Amino acid sequence: MADISLSGTPHSVDSIQASYMAQVQRRRLYGGLTLLIFVVLMVSGFNIADDRNAGGFWEGLHQIGDYPADVVSEAWEKRADLPALIAKFFPALVETINIAAVSTLIGAMGGLFLSLLGTRGLAKWPRLIPVFRRISDVMRAVPEIVIALVLIFVLGGGPVPAMIAIAIHTAGALGKMFSEVAENADLKPVEGLASTGASWSQRMLLGVLPQVAPNYVSYTLLRFEVNIRASAILGFVGAGGLGYELRNAMAWGPGRFDEAAAIFILLFGTIVFFDQVSSRYRNRLTEGQAQ
Amino acid sequence: MTATDLNLAKYQTDRLFQRKRLFGFGIPAVIAVYFVYIFFAFDLPGLAQRANMDNAVTLASDSWSYKVHVTRDNRTGVVEYAVEGERKGRYPQGQRPDWVTGDEILTVDLGAGHIVRYLPDNRTEVEIPGFPMIAAQAEGRTVNTNLPDDLPDWISASSRRVGITTPEGRITLTGARTEVFNYFPGWELFWFTLDSPYHGQGLTTILFGAQIDPARGNISGALSDWWNNAMWRHKDVAWAIGETILMAFLGTMGAAIIALPLAFLAAKRFSPIMLVRAATRRLFDFVRGVDALIWTVVLARAFGPGPLTGALAILITDTGTFGKIFSESLENVDQKQIEGVASTGAKPLQRYRFGVIPQVVPVLLAQILYFLESNTRSATIIGAITGGGIGLMLTQAIQTQKDWEEVAYYITLIIAMVMFMDWFSGWLRGKLIGGKE
Repeated sequence: MADISLSGTPHSVDSIQASYMAQVQRRRLYGGLTLLIFVVLMVSGFNIADDRNAGGFWEGLHQIGDYPADVVSEAWEKRADLPALIAKFFPALVETINIAAVSTLIGAMGGLFLSLLGTRGLAKWPRLIPVFRRISDVMRAVPEIVIALVLIFVLGGGPVPAMIAIAIHTAGALGKMFSEVAENADLKPVEGLASTGASWSQRMLLGVLPQVAPNYVSYTLLRFEVNIRASAILGFVGAGGLGYELRNAMAWGPGRFDEAAAIFILLFGTIVFFDQVSSRYRNRLTEGQAQ
Repeated sequence: MTATDLNLAKYQTDRLFQRKRLFGFGIPAVIAVYFVYIFFAFDLPGLAQRANMDNAVTLASDSWSYKVHVTRDNRTGVVEYAVEGERKGRYPQGQRPDWVTGDEILTVDLGAGHIVRYLPDNRTEVEIPGFPMIAAQAEGRTVNTNLPDDLPDWISASSRRVGITTPEGRITLTGARTEVFNYFPGWELFWFTLDSPYHGQGLTTILFGAQIDPARGNISGALSDWWNNAMWRHKDVAWAIGETILMAFLGTMGAAIIALPLAFLAAKRFSPIMLVRAATRRLFDFVRGVDALIWTVVLARAFGPGPLTGALAILITDTGTFGKIFSESLENVDQKQIEGVASTGAKPLQRYRFGVIPQVVPVLLAQILYFLESNTRSATIIGAITGGGIGLMLTQAIQTQKDWEEVAYYITLIIAMVMFMDWFSGWLRGKLIGGKE
């Protein structure tokens, strides 16, 4: 064996080099192929989307600024009215924020239960873990608009359908994120509590929640940001709030662009404001944990 | 330890417990107060009046059942049979359901002894067990019946219209029309409409049996009839789902392609000029803050409704989000690898390619794939607004307020689609990055 490898040294350097080059070439080939497939997918996808769109991309591209320009110029002409309009739509904004806040709270509670019941080691009924996981998967998969539209038919328009719809989705989404955190929780406090005869809810409340609370709150804040956007969008399909006002203002077209502008400003300001606030608190929560 | 020390420790512990108690009870109390406020702000007490329980019942029963209408036009005397009363579901000339018998006198057997007879001269007889036989005749715009004044609540009667609702089916009589609705569980005509020769044939007959349609082979004929089913529109549904996924794909990937170079401009490491950095970051914040809803509205004005508009709305919003995430992960790259590449004499572009990209690719890919799944959901929602994809079909089906079986079908498909994309992006992540994170 030894002399083979010794005598074969110059040869094996060549072979190593050759095989390395072959490997590099193969990797390049695969990389190139993947890139090619990706480019083909993007281009053909773009063409299909372009074909099936009412207006084409290239014809529409130069008009992209027209609508914002109209809105801005009209709003600028009537800039004196803008504060009054913003005040007029403020209640709608409050409703949008309320929808987001309530659904985040309810969703977080639902997600909390789903995550605790769906995590190994913490579940109250270990056999039902897959059931709760599937429930949370399905709840996560349902787009808010599906539930909202169905509930609008039954309950009539207004904030309640949007609230329920967003809460269901939030519960599923947070359920997954929460259970990823809960999986890493230390089980010793739970065992300690169990040895004192604590009930399941006491074990969770005193043993698990203090460990996971910073992460849970951070995820919940992130969800709140997402839900403000969702609640505005659901308003657009008839669930009340700022989105609903926006659709009405849009339906009027020119002449009411100042209203649309006021709503744009409110929505933009709200989203940026809550993004900033929540990201500051989230940073504090996660940094506090690292120390 | 002295008594004062103990007292101090006790005092501090008491304070700590008090504070904890305050938090422990205060936060739930604040939440409870907020819920009470919402209870009245959202007018939950009034919800019971606004809620329409009839709609809920229709929705619940219609989503898993269908009805066959037997309609007699009282002016011409022509009787028509149609699934859901739709033209697309009409029975071809000379065919009718087997629970309708007779020629001069049509007998509609609703089951469990409920029988409706269509007699000549626009007369109708309804036999319901435990109730005297109802006879009615349509004359001009009125309906004459032998119904007593004192009616049970499942019959509503006026001189213009009589409605009878039984567990077996519904009967409505007006001057112009006499209609019987017979309910059956299931999604009728899901595979083939009534005009297709394959309707009512079993799977084995189609696959292995004798040729049904002389002009076409069994399998290709059946596939094409199913694909072009006018009632359930499988072709349109497939296209719509494709459009929705396409919107998500184009939007996510396009955003990633645009955001990556911009992220270099926003990262402190790679962009020494403060002004450029700040400008790029503000741009990211702006496109993210404007939100997909407003982008959709603005873009729909320029490009018209359709999947491209939705894709662009996702693209623009996510460019901001990706830009932020990418630049953050670029800030965190390890300098050593870049120095190593630089020591071999690599130019800046090569340093980025071999020193930076390999470090950040796993993080970026994970984010992109996560967004691909989440954007499938967004694309459904944006589709409902901008008019494209499965979201639009769903809103249309809901707006007709009667095709609840189609609504149920679309909802099932949407959930399946999102779960598929969830699984697919997870699978792809595993393939590309390797192993579980």
